[in-house]
Amino acid sequence: MLLGLLAEGERHGYELKREHDARFPAARPLAFGQVYATLERLRKSGLVSAATSVKVDGPQRTPFTMTPAGRDEFERWLTEVQPPSPYVANPLSVKVTLALLTAGEPLAQDFLRRQRDAHLGRMREYTRLKSRPDSSLAEVLAADYALTHLDADLRWIDAALERVAELNKELHSCPVR
Amino acid sequence: MPGSMTLPDHIHSPEIPRETVLSGRALVKDYGNAPALRGVSVELGRGEILAVTGPSGSGKSTLLLCMAGVLRPDAGEVHFQGRRIDTDSETDRSLLRRDSFGVLFQFGQLITEMTAAENVALPLLLSGARRRPAMMTARDWLRRFGVEALADQLPTQMSGGQSQRVAVARALVTEPAVLFADEPTAALDTVAGEQVMTELTRVARETGTAVLLVTHDARVAAYGDREIVVRDGLCSS
Repeated sequence: MLLGLLAEGERHGYELKREHDARFPAARPLAFGQVYATLERLRKSGLVSAATSVKVDGPQRTPFTMTPAGRDEFERWLTEVQPPSPYVANPLSVKVTLALLTAGEPLAQDFLRRQRDAHLGRMREYTRLKSRPDSSLAEVLAADYALTHLDADLRWIDAALERVAELNKELHSCPVR
Repeated sequence: MPGSMTLPDHIHSPEIPRETVLSGRALVKDYGNAPALRGVSVELGRGEILAVTGPSGSGKSTLLLCMAGVLRPDAGEVHFQGRRIDTDSETDRSLLRRDSFGVLFQFGQLITEMTAAENVALPLLLSGARRRPAMMTARDWLRRFGVEALADQLPTQMSGGQSQRVAVARALVTEPAVLFADEPTAALDTVAGEQVMTELTRVARETGTAVLLVTHDARVAAYGDREIVVRDGLCSS
């Protein structure tokens, strides 16, 4: 991400941090330390170069620019298709299976219902965020991304609730050993 | 699992206790072949938006119709503002719906021979308002929903989303105590549906109208303050 932000021109660490936070409201908060550590790693790999430090509004700041190798690497990354995640790791499913094996159907159902409430609660928060008149389009799209994934989980929870009795029978009729 | 997007503190609004405006107690309704409701109780707070979800055929629309006084439950009671209403005559329940309730369905609720403004003015005219002020109020409400440009158009000249926004304006124009909305966005695409829900909930909150929102879609339910799930005629959460 930081390399990509340097494609627009020279930036120092403080500017990159500010631009990152404004452009990617859904991303994990980025600490200043992380920005400088990443820039140093990119510099060592030859993807960015550092100019002489200058004094800007008080502190000394080092401007960074993208090198030709950095531009090649960024363009390669930009045009590369992101592999669709297989979404096979499902911690909710693991809990349901273990609840059925060790405690029985009521606990599995209770867990699924409480998980459903938690998911819908989080969906309400994102819905309020995106419905605010002052939300930017970037914030709306980030909330939509979160909502779509939460909704997929919630549909799975509903399907699991419908079939939990069937799954219980299957688990207890097919011992692995 | 939930993403990492940071939410401002005021987005996590705590639940506020509300005075009950409408309640259903142990409601039972049987259509003959199978019971649609088997003892559902529900309370709706003043200004609250309550989502009623559940699989298709679970009884959620029947619950809405009983709460709105359209159907009379076989057993149980419905109270509006502290007064029992399910034992009222059909005429009294019709008057109650006209004066205190708004209704909104999936589609097909506008009168096709009337313009958007005439459709929105209709509930005011039925309540005894004069035509000229009713039409002016209707235009104001169309403006609130961003469809004032459609005031003189017929429903057949509008898109599904536009038509549903006019229907929402008509359902809220009398500032009812309760709005009953049954799958209000089911016939719309995602963007149009979200526009309708955003505007419906914004205006309902402004006017203090409570909303009983029946939906099978969690993304629509997420516009509510709270959810109850109806499964096989019973309330499961």
